[in-house]
Parts: sequence; C-alpha cells; structure tokens
Amino acid sequence: MNGSSEAVIQASGLVKRYGQVEAVRGIDLEVRHGEIFGFLGPNGAGKSTTISILCTLLTPSAGTAKVAGIDVVQDPARVRQRIGLVFQDPSLDDVLTGRENLEFHAWIYSVPASERGKRIDEMLALLQLTDRAGSQVRTYSGGMKRRLEIARGMLHQPEILFLDEPTLGLDPQTRQSIWTHLNELRDRKGITIFMTTHYMDEAEFCDRIAIIDRGKIVALGTPDELKAMVGGDVVTITSSKSDDAAAEIEKLLGVTAIRDNGSLRMEVPDAKVFVPRLVRELTAPVDTVTLRRPSLDDVFLKLTGHAIRDEEAGTKDQMRAMASRWMGRRR
Amino acid sequence: MSIAAAASVAPALAPVDTRMASLRAIYIIWYRDILRYWRDRWRLVASLAQPLLFLVVFGAGLSSSLGRGTVFGTAGGFSYIQFMYPGIIGMAILFTAIFGAMSIVWDREFGFLKEVLVAPIDRSAVAIGKALGGTTQAMIQGLILLVLAPFVGVKLSFLTIVELIPLAALLAFGLSSFGVALASTMKSLQGFQVVMNFLMMPMFFLSGALFPLTNLPGWMTWLTRLDPASYGIDPLRRVVLSDSGRSSALVERFALTINGQVLPIPLEAGIVLAFGAVMLGIAVVMFQRRD
Repeated sequence: MNGSSEAVIQASGLVKRYGQVEAVRGIDLEVRHGEIFGFLGPNGAGKSTTISILCTLLTPSAGTAKVAGIDVVQDPARVRQRIGLVFQDPSLDDVLTGRENLEFHAWIYSVPASERGKRIDEMLALLQLTDRAGSQVRTYSGGMKRRLEIARGMLHQPEILFLDEPTLGLDPQTRQSIWTHLNELRDRKGITIFMTTHYMDEAEFCDRIAIIDRGKIVALGTPDELKAMVGGDVVTITSSKSDDAAAEIEKLLGVTAIRDNGSLRMEVPDAKVFVPRLVRELTAPVDTVTLRRPSLDDVFLKLTGHAIRDEEAGTKDQMRAMASRWMGRRR
Repeated sequence: MSIAAAASVAPALAPVDTRMASLRAIYIIWYRDILRYWRDRWRLVASLAQPLLFLVVFGAGLSSSLGRGTVFGTAGGFSYIQFMYPGIIGMAILFTAIFGAMSIVWDREFGFLKEVLVAPIDRSAVAIGKALGGTTQAMIQGLILLVLAPFVGVKLSFLTIVELIPLAALLAFGLSSFGVALASTMKSLQGFQVVMNFLMMPMFFLSGALFPLTNLPGWMTWLTRLDPASYGIDPLRRVVLSDSGRSSALVERFALTINGQVLPIPLEAGIVLAFGAVMLGIAVVMFQRRD
C-alpha cells in the first residue's frame, strides 16, 4: 500500500435476491487505492455474487456500489472500461494463440492501434508468457492459462483488477507464482486488486480481508487484526487421559479446551505464560504440547461457528467432522 | 470517504467513440470466427464430405430411376443430379451458416462468451459479428462446391458466379442470423441436438434442395413455402441452370411458385433479406437483456 486511503470501491447495503433466497444480505465495504483486498469465505457464501455486482455482471436487488467513482447500476459500461476481470472459470479461446487472445481483448476494449502491440508485449513479458505467445492456448498448462487471463485483464490498463478465485484448481507451486505476479502487478502498475478466495492461507497475502459467511461480512481488517480477534495463541496438547486433562484445564486454569481430532485445543492470551503453568499444574499426563499463532482458519471458525468448507472431498469431510466436534463441545 | 473524493479517483479517460467501438468489436468477433474456421482444416474437409456424399450417392442413385417419364427426363431437360447440385450448395450454406452462428452456444459453454459479454461494447455487436462470421463461413463453403460443377455436367460462366455470390451471401446471412437468434435463447449444449433434428433437417428437406416444390400435397406445399431456405435455394438453382443455355421455360419448371406464379428472383432475395434482418433484430434484443 502506498499510504493512500482513497476508496476505489465503495459498496453499501448490497443485497441480491434470487426469488426467496438472499445470496447477499447487506454488504458494506470500502477498498482503498493500491491495496490487495481479499474476500474470504466458503463456497456459496456470496463471494461470487458480490464480485459480480461490483463488476456490473449482476444488478443488485438493493443497495449501491461505486467502482472507480462510478455507479455500477447507472453506468456499467464506464465501470467496465476501468476494471479488469479474471473469472473463476476459464474464458480463453483455446484454438487461438496466447497473443491472439490478447489481440482480441485489445480490440473489444478499444485499446488504441498504436498501443496494441506494445502493451501486449509488455504484459506477455510481465507474466512470463513471451516465448509461448505463439502457441495455441489448448497447449497451455493451467497456470499459464491463468497468467494469460491476468495479462488479458490488465491490457486495457484498468484501475482495479477483479479476480474470482484466481488460484482455484492450481497446484501450490503455481498458486505461489500467481501471487508473485499479482504482487508485482500491484507494485509496478499501482493498481488495486480485489479478489475472492476460499483458501485461508492465501488470504494472508492480502493487505485487508473481508470474511463473508452466508451473505454477510462477519469481519473486516488486516490479517493481523483479524487474527488478534482470536484470543492470542493457540495451544494444542495431547494427553493419554484427555478427559481428565480437559476438566483440569477448565477448573485450574479457567480455559475451555476444545476437543479436536484426539487432541485438546485452547486459545490463550499469551502462550509464554500459559504453557509453563499448564505443565506445572496439570496432574493428568501431557504427552505433547504445540503452540502456534492463530491462523485465519481459527478466525473463521471463531466468527462463524463452522469451518470453511474446502473443495477437495477428503478435506471437506475432515473439516466437517472437525466443525461438528467443535460445535458439539461448544454447546 | 466522501463521494467527491471517490470521484476524483477516476482520471479523465479519453471518451471512446461508441460507434467506432462497436464496429471494432464486430470486426474482431467476425475475424476470430474466420481465424478459427481456417485453423480447423479438418472441419473444413469434413463439412465438404457430406455434400459430396449426397451428390455422388444420392445423385447417382436417384438419377437412374428419375430418368425418362419423370419431370427430369424430358428431352432437353435436366438430369436429377443437375437439378440437385444447386440444392446441395444450398445445403452446405444452410448447415454451415446455422452451425457457424450457433458456435455462440459453444462459446457460452466453454466460457469465452463471458469475455465478450463483459466488454464495454454494445452487445448488438456480438450478434452482428457472429451473424457475419457465420455468413462468411457459409459462403466460402457454398462457393467451394462450385468447383464440382463440371463433374455434374453444369457449365458455369464467370458472370454466373458473380451472380451467385450475392445470392449465396443472402441465404448465408438469413440462416446465420436465424442461428444467432436460436443460440441467443439457448443456455446449454443440450438444445443443440433438438435444433439439429427438429429444425435443420426439416428445413433442409422442405427447402427444395432434393426435389422440386411442385405438385406436392397441400400441407407440404404450405410447409415448403414457410421454409426460409426455399427462397434462398430457388434463385441459386435458377441461376446455375440458366447457364446451361436451355430455355427459361425448362428452368422455371422447377421454380418456386406461390399460387402458380413463379416468384421473381429479386422478390425471393428480398424475402431472405427480410427474414435475416428480423432474426438479427431478435438476436440483438436477446443479447442486450441483462440478468
């Protein structure tokens, strides 16, 4: 961030209804110039609907939104001229080459003829696609396609780049490289980036995050601010007598321990002080102690009472099991 | 954050001339279709195979039984294969135009349409660009078949070809626009098979491509006259056959009639053009609707 606090996206009271269902239930947010703003939430939380409203692809049922100072309902065409879009699903023509896809975009976005070639070369170089620019897109890997879409989204020099789940379905290494590119774009081009994700670890790369659940923003702030909302540190112990241990922790230390996959998990203000006391005062055997800074997963869990659902079936079931355990203990 | 401050974020962007922007968009949408068409050589070859098959197998097969004693056998008249040849050109145009325009459904399915629909252009450009793309492909496809003329005993002069180009273009435009209008109402590939079986095949069979549209049962006469392709294929046939140096009476024996009256070619051309314009209008309206 370059210290600027001008809002380039402002939304207030956004609502989107589909019949009886409210997909978005009153969203207010402000995105500042030059920041990477993450919209974090599980699938079906209303992320894509909100981003679609901001991109003028959907009209809100209620509320207003301004992007680059322009009302999205009143003047969608002008908004579109100033934003770049990278969709969740691929939207490239894979019979055309990478360069031809960019040329197509330059034409329909009225990039001046004198600038076309120059800008295409620049974006290809920036996203490291120059040597494959002449190949048909169908020969590209998933990561290359995504990079090409980012290059395309930047071609008409937008003020804001919107990305809907830009790293979905990519392997960790490729996701990392997409992030490197996004940061570089922000630094070199001074644009604002608005993205949605359901990967918690990715949200940490954002300057600010809004956590959305069931159509509403439940928290908004920097990753550190959000993590500070969780008691402090997360301490996990395993014990051969975990029931006794849990009872003792509750009684002697005044902390609620949550059963989590055979271990006990607790949030404490300061682990440095807590762990020595724990070990000293507990009569039940303690086999292992781990402590870590809270992650956004912990934040999400704390705020919504359920774990973020992941795409992968295995993880999903695991998460669901974890969530039900968590909630079972809570009540 | 005040609204005034937010407004100041937007720098003065050079205003884009919307009419020029639309023309540019039409051009590049058309150009993409042509690029894809040329790149896909196999499709080009495959799409010629079908008309050839019809012409060779159907034509040769029926020619022997549709000889003497039939409308084709009259002395100085035309053989069945000669009659059928312009119809097959019409068939190539019909299929290529509708398929070409309906590639929008593919674009929707594979995501590319989104890239076009979110662009800051008037969406009418999408419908027009696609219709012109289909028109061009269909014309090329139809005109390529002209090289077969010598094999079926049809002589084509340069002037005839010049006359055929606008007629082929009109038919291609009318049917492409129809294809775009159809595609604009279809959200998935599922409807495609339905269109193929319940619209394209009947349109082809009833268009007079395979048999003269004279002396038919009443209900069928009606259907053939409702088929827009009839009004596009008939002029092609009359122009192609007229070049054989035989009397216009012989040519007009096969011509499309309404109440026994042979329709003048300009009127038929006008009907096809009007049909295309109406269909394109429908497509434009459909594309401009926003969710």
